[in-house]
Amino acid sequence: MTIAKKAVVWGLFAAGGTLTSFVYPALIVLFLLTSMGMVPANLQFDQFYAFASSWVGKLCLFVVLFLSLWHAAHRLRVVVHDFGIRQDKLVARAVYTVASLGTVLTAFYLLTI
Amino acid sequence: MSRRPYVRPISKTTWFMRNGRYKIYVLRELTSFLVAFYSFYTICALAILASGSVEKWDSFITAQQCTGWAIFHAVALLYFLFFQTFPWFKLAPKAMPVQVGDKKLPDSYIIVGHYVAWIFISVFILWLAGAL
Repeated sequence: MTIAKKAVVWGLFAAGGTLTSFVYPALIVLFLLTSMGMVPANLQFDQFYAFASSWVGKLCLFVVLFLSLWHAAHRLRVVVHDFGIRQDKLVARAVYTVASLGTVLTAFYLLTI
Repeated sequence: MSRRPYVRPISKTTWFMRNGRYKIYVLRELTSFLVAFYSFYTICALAILASGSVEKWDSFITAQQCTGWAIFHAVALLYFLFFQTFPWFKLAPKAMPVQVGDKKLPDSYIIVGHYVAWIFISVFILWLAGAL
């Protein structure tokens, strides 16, 4: 990998790691509350749809998901190497493709709303 | 260099089991599975929301309500806190040292600052979702 590319993926990994550290515990709590039947009021269809319709809502959701996906992709690439699979080029292509796909899907769904 | 240098045999797949520090390193790296899982879970939720159907959204929410998922999320939350959030904050002063004038800001200030910011952000997200 060229140095320029490395700086980009490392930057996304670091930014995503910081963001997930701050945001994911609360996100998991929302999933937990929902699974326990205590569905948060603004996760009802109308309220959540309104939030995702606003530009601020779209931007927040996109930034969080984009950085999380690329953070996870880069880290999973290293995990695969750590578990003894040494086809780094293939693995890199796979994880970054999935992250790109997730990014595109996020943008697509947010623009549809 | 000798003709047959001694190469210490190290397993490519279980090398981290030899040392506690390595084990914790691998446990930290594995949080990326949770990040990937919850990212795509949220994208699925967005897909259902984007369909614009209240019935689909309501049945998606209802499908979440089971004990198995509740246990999974509770365990995931604890795992994420202890192997991602807290270690990341602990590392922050090393990754982003702050200099004020000639002196470095003490590590503890940066770490405490992260925890305070984290509490505010978490409360804000839960408030925004209507959970508080």
